[in-house]
Amino acid sequence: METAWVLPDVEEPTAKEFWAGCARGELLVQACDACGAWRMPPRPMCPVCRSTSVRWEKTSGRGRVWSFIVAHPPLLPAFAKEAPYNAIIVELEENPSVRFVGNLVTGPDGPIGEIDPATIAIGESVHVVFHRIDDVALPRWARD
Amino acid sequence: MARTPDLIKDKTAVVGIGQTDFGKGLPDSELSLACQAISMALDDAGIAPSEVDGLASYTLEPYREVDVARNVGLGDITWFSQVGFGGGAGCGVVGQAAMAVATGQCAVAVAWRARKRSSAASRPWAQAAARISDGGMWSRPFGVLRPVDEIALLTRRYMHEYGATRDHLANIAIAFRKHAARNPASTMGHKPMTRDDYLNARWISEPLCLFDNCLETDGGLAVVIVSAERARDLKRPPAYIHSFAQGLPPQHQTMTNYFTDDPLRGPAWTAAKRMWAIADVRPADVKVAQLYDAFSPLIILSLEGYGFCARGEGGPFTDDGGIEWPDGRLPVNTAGGGMSEAYVHGFNLILEGVRQIRGSSTAQVEGADVSLVTSGEGVPTSAVIFTKDV
Repeated sequence: METAWVLPDVEEPTAKEFWAGCARGELLVQACDACGAWRMPPRPMCPVCRSTSVRWEKTSGRGRVWSFIVAHPPLLPAFAKEAPYNAIIVELEENPSVRFVGNLVTGPDGPIGEIDPATIAIGESVHVVFHRIDDVALPRWARD
Repeated sequence: MARTPDLIKDKTAVVGIGQTDFGKGLPDSELSLACQAISMALDDAGIAPSEVDGLASYTLEPYREVDVARNVGLGDITWFSQVGFGGGAGCGVVGQAAMAVATGQCAVAVAWRARKRSSAASRPWAQAAARISDGGMWSRPFGVLRPVDEIALLTRRYMHEYGATRDHLANIAIAFRKHAARNPASTMGHKPMTRDDYLNARWISEPLCLFDNCLETDGGLAVVIVSAERARDLKRPPAYIHSFAQGLPPQHQTMTNYFTDDPLRGPAWTAAKRMWAIADVRPADVKVAQLYDAFSPLIILSLEGYGFCARGEGGPFTDDGGIEWPDGRLPVNTAGGGMSEAYVHGFNLILEGVRQIRGSSTAQVEGADVSLVTSGEGVPTSAVIFTKDV
């Protein structure tokens, strides 16, 4: 069952805005409210100017595959059922130093093992889709 | 860079080493393994337990120093510390113990690691928390569950950027297996590995296969560290601690270092900068190296990070037996390393680095007067240079 999936604590104070954005269908990035620098993953202090004021900015939700793996067992049971599956890193189109770990899928509810790994290429263009498990919307990625 | 003061250089030495058997499912507890290893190291040094006054260990040890002190019969302990980040800690505990001896906080320090693969504390990734609230929330929900998945993501990118191949990774696995075959204490020396064996092994996390992974081993290892002056009067040839550094680079995220401008430039570069700044020797002077090998690609990154080749050249460095004993340009992991001797969070690499200086390795490099040991790349790390002479 999907409830055995490893899920984030969407109430974690530093990250809850991110997960709330995902639930609305928006991929957000934490930005420093003083100097504007983006940072991912979110954290309490801006490493550029040391401000603790934050705001959340909506991204394009578009990016390119930076790296990928194909995971095989032994894996936790919920994931072993999907194996072999891909996991990818995406660099954001408007700021390639902002990256997200995700999965390449055919659509919001496509299995993470569906796409033939031999066809996955570093550099290919993708856009975010959101897959719901319980109260969490996980950002995954589909080909353009 | 300002000149680095020589507060640690050549001031201390490893004068005793001890290790238990390696295996799977050993009946002894981690505490027992640690105490046995420390006891053997003290006997090797010819130093009484009551003289020990300094303790250095990993934060992941699942018991406390007080238990070690009570079991081994140690005396008044005036310095004790632990280093975090798992496999990054090994040279850190040795180096911090050396600093404590060099600064007079203690006179006889022991540093150790004991580990059991069955221990939950040894394999944090295997525990499924209800909800992830730490940094794992940015990778684990996407199936990047195990250390091998985390390093495989960096490996694929490295291969893409620099053209490294599975043949390079095979060079590493095969070299270490050959070295293990000479080492009776190794757990895999009895199983030869051919290139076909490597290339046909099952995938774990593509592009990494089974033989790109370290072993999982039960065992305990310890070293004894005293001042260089005292070392000269003891029975074993001293392995002088010539240089030491730890490394935690800007914006680093442990294991999942995907969020920096240059994720393939890891903690090794930071540790190397300080280590070489302290040292009188250069990479070309290093006769033998023990490089942390939880996964084969870490060898390539470490060869680059510690300055044995330029970035992108770590793969070809392993070609033509480049890291094999006895004729390689730099024999690496001469007892078999974490991939073929034992995986005890890199502490077995430290003992082999010392044996090379003593002249007692089972794959002894002739004239090994400078011996490098590094700890885990991909996590906040550490490295130490042992020398034969000061």
